[in-house]
Amino acid sequence: MKQFWTSMLRNPSGLIGLLIVIIAVAVALFGPLLFPNSPWRMVQRPFLPPFTLSTVPLGTDALGRDVFAGVIFGARVSLLVGLVSTAVALIVGVPLGAIAGYFGGRVDDALMRFTEFFQTIPSFALAIVLVAILQPSIYSITASIAIVSWPPVARLVRGEVLSLRTREYVQAAVVTGQSNAFIIWREIMPNALSPVIVLASLMVATAILLESSLSFLGLGDPNLISWGYMVGAGRTVIRQAWWITVFPGVAILLSVLGLNLVGEGLNDALNPRLSREGR
Amino acid sequence: MLSFIAQRIVKGVIVLLAIIVLNFFLIRLAPGDPAIVMAGEAGASDKVFVAQLREKFGLDKPLPEQLFVYVKGVLTFDLGFSFRQQAPVSKLILDRLPATLLLTLTAFVISLVLGILFGVLAARFAGTFLDTAITVAALVFYATPLFWIALMAILVFSVWFDWLPSFGYETVGANYTGLAHVLDVGAHLVMPAATIGLFFMATYTRMTRASMLEVQRLDFVKTARAKGLRDGVIQRRHVLRNALLPVVTLAGVHSGTLIGGAVLTETVFAWPGIGRLMYEALLQRDYNLLLGVFVVCSAMVLIFNLITDLVYRLVDPRIEFAA
Repeated sequence: MKQFWTSMLRNPSGLIGLLIVIIAVAVALFGPLLFPNSPWRMVQRPFLPPFTLSTVPLGTDALGRDVFAGVIFGARVSLLVGLVSTAVALIVGVPLGAIAGYFGGRVDDALMRFTEFFQTIPSFALAIVLVAILQPSIYSITASIAIVSWPPVARLVRGEVLSLRTREYVQAAVVTGQSNAFIIWREIMPNALSPVIVLASLMVATAILLESSLSFLGLGDPNLISWGYMVGAGRTVIRQAWWITVFPGVAILLSVLGLNLVGEGLNDALNPRLSREGR
Repeated sequence: MLSFIAQRIVKGVIVLLAIIVLNFFLIRLAPGDPAIVMAGEAGASDKVFVAQLREKFGLDKPLPEQLFVYVKGVLTFDLGFSFRQQAPVSKLILDRLPATLLLTLTAFVISLVLGILFGVLAARFAGTFLDTAITVAALVFYATPLFWIALMAILVFSVWFDWLPSFGYETVGANYTGLAHVLDVGAHLVMPAATIGLFFMATYTRMTRASMLEVQRLDFVKTARAKGLRDGVIQRRHVLRNALLPVVTLAGVHSGTLIGGAVLTETVFAWPGIGRLMYEALLQRDYNLLLGVFVVCSAMVLIFNLITDLVYRLVDPRIEFAA
């Protein structure tokens, strides 16, 4: 554990990423308390350029709504959807992959064909179709993103379990008569966890990109402001008011970048052998 | 080789059938009775008309029979009728397909060529300023939402500099012919293709760089060096050829994402392809059209995967054709 932290701290890009992520989380948690301007309320004249009034630092949109408030409140939706959809994808993907890898044979074949099928379908198109059919809401968006993002988890876990199950300590557990479930969860999974953690951090980033793309297309939750929605709404007036699209976009870019950097930092720290080969 | 191709085609057809079945159930999941939805779209919803529609589209039959009729229809490229656009879905898609193919293939070539080029450069000058610059740029583009890159490109190159047209496939009403037409379409193509291209370029750059550095340390490279081969030859013939394998695999995996990129980019640039068609279907809640586009996209991805699989085996003769 100590080694993990020293490795993480020695990695400047990982640290920058961690810093960005911490700021984003803090904004999502406390921002709306500190800046209680509702992102839906008209606070000023429409198309107020940024940096003119200190009360609305990033200007207003086409309806006179505070862009800064939108960016602050949007962090909640992006991070929440990113985290929850990744968690759901893990809940689906980890057991599937573990079962496929541990039991092998027909079970493995069937589960992996099923996984491959989901990987073949163009994921963003499927997400669009699912959200459109289930009607846009934060639940349908989260579910759709989870549905399109679990297959890589299942494949990764399967590979890890496949290579771990022949190890001696696992064989020992089998000999002592432990149940399959116990062996998978208590013996194998703890050792297969580090690549899953790395993948999960990258998946949160991808989920944020997916969520913003869906909202950009008008498939966001109509009751919640999100960065993608703001960019989509500002798109038609980009010639008159660049700031409406630029600031939320920067927010997406920074959070995704931060998460990717953290993912790489984690990868270097948790799989030192692997990462040195990658360099 | 032939049996391998046949095997892959059979596998592809099975997956396609599964996608069609999935699609069928997705349509049934759509809100409301399909007949009432259709009746509403057609502009009337009295009971007789709804019953008529139900009979016409076989909605009064048991579910398995409906499924059979649906699958048969899709396989003969009958994807239903779009009441909103007053045209068969398959015709709407076929009209738009060439524009999407032009866009995605251009973007694919741009991303692969430039991605590999920058990846090789970064690996060749590893640890220098050039390497850092390329790596950072790749990281940033990898994290940028596609639709936002597209909007920023419009802001910079259309609004500020006024160099490139910001939307459409060609200049409306100009009626160019010959070379002028090609140049006109080309000018419209630059930004959309570059937008999709940049995002994927970032991935290929990172992959190529990592892969080159890894291969460079292998024993056969030392052998080549010991034989006295020139560095350029080693890099090209020995390192690059091996380093490209994971990049080709990744490119195959990306074909699905490429379609997603097309939806966003075509929406921003009003590029008249099937991505834009999907967006229009979304706006109008035209589920028939939406799911039709979805099936066609999936089929395209399957074909593309098949092609990359073949290319993969050409690049690496070690892989046997028996699956």
